[in-house]
Amino acid sequence: MSGVRVAGTGLTPFGNAPERTSRDLFAEATQTAFEESGVPRADVEAVFYGNFMGELAEHQGHQGPLMAEAAGVQAPATRYESACASSGMAVRDAVMRVRNGEHDVVLVGGAERMTNLGTAGATEALAIAADDLWEVRAGMTFPGAYALMAQAYFEEFGGGREDLANVAVKNHDNALTNEKAQYQTAISVEEALDAPTVSSPLGLYDSCPLSDGAAALVLTSEEYADEHDLDAPVAITGTGQGGDRMALHDREHLARSPAAREAGTEAYADAGVDASDVDLAEVHDCFTIAEVLAIEALDLAQIGEGISAARDGRTTADGDVPINLSGGLKAKGHPVGATGASQIAEVTKLLAGTHPNSEHVADATTGLAHNAGGTVASATVHVLEVME
Amino acid sequence: MSNTDADTDTVRDAGFDDWLDAAEDGEAYYLECPEGHTSLPPRRLCPECGSADLTEQPLPDTGEIATFTVTHVPTPAFEDDAPYATAIVDFGPVRVTGQIVDRDPDEVETGQTVALDITRSETTDERVIGFTSV
Ligand SMILES: [Zn+2]
Repeated sequence: MSGVRVAGTGLTPFGNAPERTSRDLFAEATQTAFEESGVPRADVEAVFYGNFMGELAEHQGHQGPLMAEAAGVQAPATRYESACASSGMAVRDAVMRVRNGEHDVVLVGGAERMTNLGTAGATEALAIAADDLWEVRAGMTFPGAYALMAQAYFEEFGGGREDLANVAVKNHDNALTNEKAQYQTAISVEEALDAPTVSSPLGLYDSCPLSDGAAALVLTSEEYADEHDLDAPVAITGTGQGGDRMALHDREHLARSPAAREAGTEAYADAGVDASDVDLAEVHDCFTIAEVLAIEALDLAQIGEGISAARDGRTTADGDVPINLSGGLKAKGHPVGATGASQIAEVTKLLAGTHPNSEHVADATTGLAHNAGGTVASATVHVLEVME
Repeated sequence: MSNTDADTDTVRDAGFDDWLDAAEDGEAYYLECPEGHTSLPPRRLCPECGSADLTEQPLPDTGEIATFTVTHVPTPAFEDDAPYATAIVDFGPVRVTGQIVDRDPDEVETGQTVALDITRSETTDERVIGFTSV
């Protein structure tokens, strides 16, 4: 399958910017992406934009055309909402449209403004990714849902809070060199274990922060990249999507993510690679347990062994398969609608050798990005490869 | 969300509120299609096979706690309820999510046997699916 080139990437800093509108955040990300790509805005044929809680945070629906306008682009635009997988979905549709020849140049990305809601308001807004009747009205929060999965995992496979703390420590370490990351500070296992409980067994350091931010990508066809002699060595060569029942209690297994497995299987086959080819991955670690479930679903760890991967150094920067070299959602931050596109940006830079953490993966040729929505009722996986 | 808008608060959710009514009367049920797939209402079609031939079957009286969490940071709708234990309880044909109401959150364990007990939120007085020990 022909690849879709990542011609340019742009990220705003992720963190606390409660006064900034999402249109301003997205505009900033697109400025960097266009500059980096060398592609003129006039060549963009469509805009694919991810956002989750714009109606709640900014009283703003119909964000597609608003964001095309903010980016200085005159092209048809669509907003994608799939909870925390919103811009992963936007990337996937963009990739498929470029591949089928409909477009040569597209602008893809996402943004989220969250911190203006405050902690309580954002917790409430995030909860709408769950089943309102059967989960939210029972008092299940988003951290609570992942806590239910963590407890189920511990019961079945063993492991505990200290293992999860190692995931958090690893991702904070990875973010030390990421100037866009929300937390550029190291933490210790002890600090993580001593932090206040959010929803047992998960504590404050098991949880990604609330973040404002945006991500943008300029994607082009192979032909366009060749014709215009673009410096775009990395391509998205595989895309996959998975789905599952909305409510966690309706899933066959409470400690697995079959939607991520479905997406991964499809993306691997699409790219013609398998899990053993993956040199590095950005996975959706909204909570530490989510990273564990993700690497198991993607066959980057055996079932039941994902829990010890960070502690044993298999997924650290110098491990077999470094996971979340950007810092992940945990330390980089998680402006929900921007996350999926930001993962593509990070993997692209890691593979191109332009990321501060590229030194840890100098020979890497294949990377993976996994974006999940809700308690993984939605998932996308993308495989990226170095083409030149 | 349900508790921030007075207008939507007063309108019932057909199927769901009917189920809560039934549960309060000790007559909770689940839905079953001819293939034996099971689900919770409101549902017109079986989520597994699309069958429209769904019948109400009595929910078993007791279930087992499959997993649980004690929530310390709630949504505003449960501000005065925290900390509280949320559990997924396996009744056999279906699992149900709710709050453990009759015991200290720290004493909740997986495998405990509980029964359905519709309760009220201390914050909003809205009905909440609860579980009590048997
Ligand atoms: Zn059926």
